[in-house]
Amino acid sequence: MAKVTVDGITVEVPNGSNVLQACEAAGKEIPRFCYHERLSVAGNCRMCLVEIEKAPPKPFASCAYPVADGMVVHTDTPMVKAARRGVMEFLLINHPLDCPICDQGGECDLQDQSMGYGGDTSRYHENKRAVTNKDLGPLVKTVMTRCIHCTRCIRFSTEIAGVPEMGATARGESMEVGTYISKALSSELSGNLIDICPVGALTSKPYAFVARPWELKKTDSVDVLDAVGAAIRVDTRGSEVLRVLPRINEDVNEEWLADKSRFALDGLKRRRLDTPWVKREGKLARTTWPEAFAAIEAKLTGLSGDRIGAVAGNLCDAESMLALKHVMAALGSTNLDCRQDGAALDPSRREFFTFNTSIAGIEEADALIIIGSNPRHEAPLINARIRKRSLMGAFPIAHIGVAADLTYRHQYLGGTPQLLAGLRDGSNAFASVLRGAKKPMMIVGQGALARPDGAAILAACWALAAETGMLTPDWNGFNVLQTAAGRVAGLELGFATGKTLAQMLGGGVDLLWLLGADEFDAAAIGPNTFVVYQGHHGDRGAARADVILPGAAYTEKNGTYISTEGRVQRGALAVFPPGEAKEDWKILRAFSALIGKPLPYDNLEALRMCLVQENPLFDRLDILPHFGCSDTTGPVSVGAVGDALFEPAIENYYMTDPISRASPTMAACIEAQKHPKTPAESAMAAE
Amino acid sequence: MTEPTAFSFDAESQALVDGAIAKYPPGKQASAVLPLLDIAQRQIGRLTGSAWLPTVAMDEVGRVLDMPNIRVYEVATFYLMFNIKPVGHFHLQVCGTTPCWLRGSDEVARACREFTGIKGYGETSADGYFTLSEVECLGACVNAPVLQVNDDYYEDMNAPRVAELLTALKRGEHPLRGPMNGRQNSAPEGGPATLLTIPAE
Ligand code: SF4
Ligand code: FES
Ligand code: FES
Repeated sequence: MAKVTVDGITVEVPNGSNVLQACEAAGKEIPRFCYHERLSVAGNCRMCLVEIEKAPPKPFASCAYPVADGMVVHTDTPMVKAARRGVMEFLLINHPLDCPICDQGGECDLQDQSMGYGGDTSRYHENKRAVTNKDLGPLVKTVMTRCIHCTRCIRFSTEIAGVPEMGATARGESMEVGTYISKALSSELSGNLIDICPVGALTSKPYAFVARPWELKKTDSVDVLDAVGAAIRVDTRGSEVLRVLPRINEDVNEEWLADKSRFALDGLKRRRLDTPWVKREGKLARTTWPEAFAAIEAKLTGLSGDRIGAVAGNLCDAESMLALKHVMAALGSTNLDCRQDGAALDPSRREFFTFNTSIAGIEEADALIIIGSNPRHEAPLINARIRKRSLMGAFPIAHIGVAADLTYRHQYLGGTPQLLAGLRDGSNAFASVLRGAKKPMMIVGQGALARPDGAAILAACWALAAETGMLTPDWNGFNVLQTAAGRVAGLELGFATGKTLAQMLGGGVDLLWLLGADEFDAAAIGPNTFVVYQGHHGDRGAARADVILPGAAYTEKNGTYISTEGRVQRGALAVFPPGEAKEDWKILRAFSALIGKPLPYDNLEALRMCLVQENPLFDRLDILPHFGCSDTTGPVSVGAVGDALFEPAIENYYMTDPISRASPTMAACIEAQKHPKTPAESAMAAE
Repeated sequence: MTEPTAFSFDAESQALVDGAIAKYPPGKQASAVLPLLDIAQRQIGRLTGSAWLPTVAMDEVGRVLDMPNIRVYEVATFYLMFNIKPVGHFHLQVCGTTPCWLRGSDEVARACREFTGIKGYGETSADGYFTLSEVECLGACVNAPVLQVNDDYYEDMNAPRVAELLTALKRGEHPLRGPMNGRQNSAPEGGPATLLTIPAE
């Protein structure tokens, strides 16, 4: 530790810290543009100048100057102020005065800091430099004349995203930040460039000219478009969700957010179910709630519980799943499934289906094997954490599955599950790497489980984990990477009993209640099965429905979700569901009253008490105890591991659920991926 | 000159590439990016008469050195010695820094323009022979003004000497580089001015 005195306040900071960190520890805010605590230090903007006693009499860039014991720092001397004013004047020489039409306005570091250090007039009468804009694809809009060359975006794409596409070309007056060749960014984390750019050079394309930050109502929530459970802030105006931004959660997403979670929100306005529908003479027609309920009730008369089934979709909150489970119980049915992809998830023990190491725990691991998964597409934020760990060094990674650029160096072993045998008997060289590691870990993806031999693969993976020292009393290196935000909660609530989805299809039940379930082939539902679709989007499930009950999307309800880590988190209502649509548990509560078996809760609090009764895990909000593994008995194995090659768990990163499928922005991303623009088209698009 | 769609090092270049990479410790091969870019540019010059670096060549350098393409672009665009646009057979690089400017670099540049029909820096003549650029100090100020043609320095230039030189180049000759006014290396003009006699002890 080093003792540093900042403006008379003495603080102790770890050796190796920089002066800027010491100043922050002392509660002094240091203006900055290029410094970012999660990126390497560039020290090129010079805004963070301070004065240091007994050092050469000049201002020092505090972000790039290491602390020393006994250092005395001043942050508010006339020299510091004058120096910062000078830096600001230089920065503004080439910065356009276009704040009134700039989307960063109101949340711009340059704007804010020029309030403190900017002059009131300009002494610069020459022409300002103009830079041509770059086309970075459908998500990030560029106005490169505003760029102050802080290089944060370059460092982000190189260091965090691991997709080094941004760079600074030419030099001096001609230096430009961009990709040099015109191409859409190919990172799933590209939206974060918008957040880290301290000025309005990189802004959100879909959000361009939409709103000013002070017009927005901000609601803290969690993301459900993958199973990571990233902390988000939903910005709304009136009844519209205008943007989604990450919140800091060091244990989960740090301060990043994946592109789908950030940009799919325009799907929330399209293809919405805003009124009940009922099928009459083969055609869906708008109807009222009572009539929709009556149609279901009529169908239910005389139906035995065994002929009724329910499937919960990927975006479902725990409350609605529990309410549906209770409604089903009232109807005498235990046919529940939340595994639409048919993944062979063993619900008998939490460790068999969660990411036990935890996301932050990845940083402790010292070897990794990925089986049947592409974390870059299935959970970009977890992938970023793996990359972070990989950059720290001494972290061998092997991959079995569909070969892919995972953004970090890894050894590709192949694409067949047969490789597991070689790893277990030691004939595969990577086996000794795992055995030699102190904290080895394994990630098993849905691509390994959603196949006929999934149960055998799961069991083999667990066995491999047990044999290579991944399961010890203080370390659990076995991880199942879920792709659906509702999946873990569904399994924790026992929403996987009775007939499986496969058994319900093809006439296995007479009434099928789909709670936002769209990710299976609806054509496989028996022709005589009566389908109730409760959900928010007119997607695959609704297209097959006999009755549609309009529900709420994740931004429109207070819901509890369990991430792939097993972290219980709450999403919050930011806007009300559109039209006649209602929060899902309320729909089920109303229906239960109609059939004369009212559910024992009238409000969210009571329902949440029930959740806790059902599974005490729900009482453990936001915290994740670090478990080891005390019981190495594995899941039941069924049959033998086959030799079919692994397939990707998700077809396309940008469209995985009803919301992203309805999103024009996501469609544009896919288009950019499939048909890259020619340089000429790109140049047009950039302007 | 259209942008080529493929590039690979030929046998002659490959030997140089291997030599350049071998100078650096294993794993640090990216340090060879400057020599490799130079080898690539020279190979293209050798084969097409226009020594420049199309994107495909930079991509190939990136591939060979296992470094992201953008890092190669950054280096190649930083140094003016790399031409990221096609150039003529003869790249006329007029030094415009103060000593050369005081000694008449404007005249040299004007003579280049007049002879080649080029209007401004960065352009290539209609016949494809010449590209005119302005460069910073070439380090030969003693013999200012300096005109660099491809790799060769022609010093003590003036307008008639430029015309003479360019005519000879166009004819396919290769005039001797160095001072153009007859002086020996950077010795004073008109012969030695000091130490004419050896002082007696
Ligand atoms: S675009 Fe933004 S983040 Fe990138 S260098 Fe310019 S100012 Fe910095
Ligand atoms: S923040 Fe220190 S130089 Fe930019
Ligand atoms: S100024 Fe021209 S060579 Fe130095």
